[in-house]
Amino acid sequence: MNDVNPGKPGPGRILADGFWWNAPGLASLIGLCPLLAASRTLATGVALGLASLAVLCASNVLVAAVGHGVPPRFRSAAFLLLIAALVSAVDLLFQARWFDLYGQVGLFVPLIVTNCLILGRAEAFAVHQGPWPALLDGLGYGAGFTLLLGGLGALRELLAPVLLVAALPAGAFFLLAALVALRQAWHSRRRAA
Amino acid sequence: MNKHRGEQPLRPHQPAGARSLAGLLGVLALVALLVGGAWRYARQDIADNADRQALAELSAVLPASLYDNEPHRDVVQLDTGGGQPLPVYRARRNGIPAGAVLTVIAPDGYVGPVRLLVGISADGRVLGVRVSAHTETPGIGAAIAATSPDWLGTFAGRSLADPPASRWTVRSDGGDFDAIAGATVSSRAVVGGVRRAMQYFATHQDEIFARQDGTRGTE
Repeated sequence: MNDVNPGKPGPGRILADGFWWNAPGLASLIGLCPLLAASRTLATGVALGLASLAVLCASNVLVAAVGHGVPPRFRSAAFLLLIAALVSAVDLLFQARWFDLYGQVGLFVPLIVTNCLILGRAEAFAVHQGPWPALLDGLGYGAGFTLLLGGLGALRELLAPVLLVAALPAGAFFLLAALVALRQAWHSRRRAA
Repeated sequence: MNKHRGEQPLRPHQPAGARSLAGLLGVLALVALLVGGAWRYARQDIADNADRQALAELSAVLPASLYDNEPHRDVVQLDTGGGQPLPVYRARRNGIPAGAVLTVIAPDGYVGPVRLLVGISADGRVLGVRVSAHTETPGIGAAIAATSPDWLGTFAGRSLADPPASRWTVRSDGGDFDAIAGATVSSRAVVGGVRRAMQYFATHQDEIFARQDGTRGTE
């Protein structure tokens, strides 16, 4: 994993890092549980992606603002609690505003807590940074994750009528693997050139 | 400010200190504020949504012209044969029973149980059937829940006399109902679930409308 050097990366670098170079789903292969479960259609994929993005940005900003007040040995617990609270809040707002969509992805919204990407960014990045770079970091990772969830969802929705396996969780694994392979192929070609 | 990344060595006997305590309390306060605020903000909308959805689900199996009460609030929990109490919604017109929507669970789906809403008129005819929850295979058994083609529409207007009890099953079992191609097991489960709902309604009709408990319950 080519992680960010927690020094002073520029805003563009922070965004690109989460969006592409270290993209959770495609490069570091984390956050796969919601990725595979909620990517059955474009709408559910984008919905869960945006919910994750909201939680990630809010958690990053809050952790950047108050995180260093927490003694290091309590940080995992405190941040996880904070993330759980944010997910609960997003879950409630989601139910209140987009009830129809909630019927399809509601099951997976509480599981955003278990997306290790969010706690990971809080501990590895946000706590060492100011709120502004932390927000950018959240946006980069969140947007990359949303794009992947939406893309995978669209792909599965398109393929489902002709290729039954695309609608099943197993199909999501195959398609994700294909996307990861594509990304790797593109990178190795660029490196060779 | 603490700038290093790794875990600091644990020193369990060292007192946490006032500043760390303040940090922890701050996080806890933030947590309470977030969840409490979101709940206050969303509570009413969520209740309204649930109410609207309950009514919308019922309207698919219960024509609105049939009743003038609020069936989604006129609920009793009855064990219709599955071993657990499930909601039964009662439709009345001028206080007279017009029909009911039974929730039944067909345990014998291909993958898992299939949950059905079966609307039945007071004279014992099927008003409509909807699958409210299932885990059948996408693209195959899941077709039982589809509204186009509306396979569930074949039940509308049927009664326990039409067809007679021995033919209240799928065609491959000698019955009158076409199974969905490739999904005989799922289809058989639904037909059986509807039949059991009809039989329960026929034998317990008076009890269903007489029960007083749970009126205005919301599940």
